[in-house]
Amino acid sequence: MYDAPTNNAEINVDQNEIKISARNVQVYYGDSHAIKDVNVDIAPRTVTAFIGPSGCGKSTFLRCLNRMNDTIDVCRVEGSIQLDGEDIYDKRVDPVQLRARVGMVFQKPNPFPKSIYDNVAYGPRIHGMARNKAELDEIVETALRRGAIWNEVKDRLHAPGTGLSGGQQQRLCIARAIATQPEVLLMDEPCSALDPIATAQVEELIDDLRTNYSVVIVTHSMQQAARVSQKTAFFHLGNLVEFDDTSRIFTQPQDPRTESYITGRIG
Amino acid sequence: MSDISFPKGAHAQKSLLVLDARTRKRNAAEARFRRMGLVAVTIGILALVGLLSSIIANGASSFRQTFVNLEVYLDPAKLDKTGERDPAKMAKVTTFGYAPLLGRALAQAVEAQGISTEGVSKKDIEALISKEAPATLRNMVLANPELVGQTISLQVLAQGRVDGYFKGRVTMESAALDRNISPAQLEMADALRAAGIITLGYNWGFFTAPDASDTRPEAAGLGVAILGSAYMMMIVLCLSLPIGVAASIYLEEFAPQNRWTDLIEVNISNLAAVPSIVFGILGLAIFINFVGLPQSAPIVGGLVLTLMTLPTIIIATRAALKAVPPSIRDAALGVGASKMQSVFHHVLPLAMPGILTGTIIGLAQALGETAPLLLIGMVAFVREYPGSPPEGFLDPASALPVQVYNWTTRGDPAFVERASGAIIVLLCFLVIMNIAAIVLRRRFERRW
Repeated sequence: MYDAPTNNAEINVDQNEIKISARNVQVYYGDSHAIKDVNVDIAPRTVTAFIGPSGCGKSTFLRCLNRMNDTIDVCRVEGSIQLDGEDIYDKRVDPVQLRARVGMVFQKPNPFPKSIYDNVAYGPRIHGMARNKAELDEIVETALRRGAIWNEVKDRLHAPGTGLSGGQQQRLCIARAIATQPEVLLMDEPCSALDPIATAQVEELIDDLRTNYSVVIVTHSMQQAARVSQKTAFFHLGNLVEFDDTSRIFTQPQDPRTESYITGRIG
Repeated sequence: MSDISFPKGAHAQKSLLVLDARTRKRNAAEARFRRMGLVAVTIGILALVGLLSSIIANGASSFRQTFVNLEVYLDPAKLDKTGERDPAKMAKVTTFGYAPLLGRALAQAVEAQGISTEGVSKKDIEALISKEAPATLRNMVLANPELVGQTISLQVLAQGRVDGYFKGRVTMESAALDRNISPAQLEMADALRAAGIITLGYNWGFFTAPDASDTRPEAAGLGVAILGSAYMMMIVLCLSLPIGVAASIYLEEFAPQNRWTDLIEVNISNLAAVPSIVFGILGLAIFINFVGLPQSAPIVGGLVLTLMTLPTIIIATRAALKAVPPSIRDAALGVGASKMQSVFHHVLPLAMPGILTGTIIGLAQALGETAPLLLIGMVAFVREYPGSPPEGFLDPASALPVQVYNWTTRGDPAFVERASGAIIVLLCFLVIMNIAAIVLRRRFERRW
């Protein structure tokens, strides 16, 4: 998996503390400078929340972490983002392999228009993770259990995934993302299309996922950030204003802009 | 905030029960627009009904045909002088040797029924039978020489004017002015019909027979044209679907957005609007003059129609691909699918109904296309059926719309009926294709 590591010592040092480290990241959309000089370290087995007003670049930055921005022609990324000490923007890195390790859940639930089973099995299938049907069944069941949706769908695995309710669809998407056994899970406002009950279920799920994965979540809701995350980063106009423990951000913000935002004066 | 207010008087208090002038004006405009729309739709429907009813009125009778039922004695003295039953030697007897046999058989039938032959010569009686009939009989005998010496029951075509008389196209008045038929002959035909010797039946020959010469419209059929059109559609489908879909997928999903792809895009759209005869000239210059493919061959027609259909399919496919929500692509990429996997596993299946509809509509367009085929020689008079594919793609053939064009240029009014009949057949194929498009679309959409 780790082909051609450039610096072994660095990997060993970083592995325990930092999963993803971003240094001096700049993102440009054509001429506009969307992300300016962002430095963030994502720790393993932690939920990190990105908060900030609309258009501040938090989603853009999130999409840089698994190179989803590659699909946008005019988007250009500078600086270094390292996953376990390896630069993910290195020429030798295939984004397909990267995305298998850094999964993503999107704002709008987007299950494939296929059966629930096929939705979850798709990732393992294309990565050749199961040798036979029994193994695949097991992976699918585990993913659906981790996604906290197994009990609701176990009797209709072959019903279309698009027939589920919004909250169920989002948990199905989370199950689909964790079926490929990623190390980091990126979530782009996963609850914005859900009602409060579904939101509570997904939040509970995120808390469970922390035991196995690094979770990075973009959210508009400061309450949600406060509830689920251990670390919080506040973005404003493309800058990372403040990055600290969630409790400190919400109780003793260091930057006046952070304070204004969490007290509702800008945003 | 509260100190900003609208100027007074714009909306003075009025009763809701009384329409003000502005509302009345708006309502009148809406009513006018609805009436105009209704008129437009009515004109469209009337035009369609007029067109269809004229075609059906002219062409429906081509599906029925007048036949003469005869007991023919195949005289060995005439047909096989050597008595060896050797088809090679029997082939020396031309259709002129067979015609008197049919004439004699009909004359005997007339006599047996006791029908008056006043004013009708032996030759006139023979003329009631189509000139095609001796050829049919000759082919039958040559295929089976054992028939010689037997008396066989045979159903042969009646002459075109007799056929027209029973369908109402030819009247006693028009027959009086016609060199090909006389009122006396028609009276005899009436008597023969009453006796059951002349009958009207379903015209299967219209679908299976090849084209016939100007003097025997009753024998003309669409067999070669239907085969030719079918061959061309096979070629068009096999070439334009894969090429068109591959080009659209590349342009839509993989190609970078730059000046070159913009140029290609504009040109594809323009290509869809190029007059079809231009494609015919192109086909003539490239496929026949340069490559040296044979004229009138379905392969050339198919290639030309492929060029014509490609833009339609590419435009429809790109629209179908564009309509697939980007969230599906994101979802596939997000679980680590490659670009190609995301396209082929998720985007393409979702775009399939649109692609199929576009393809079938493109094919329907190609099926009805005439102009380019005229230029590559498919307007030729072809009586031989093309062979079976793939060699048959190189044999001369006709095409349905070209056959319609061909028949409308002929002098005999019987060909007008045939041409309208051919249009009905062509329209039926088009309707079937469009229904297939709708059914496929429904079926695929239900799955997702």
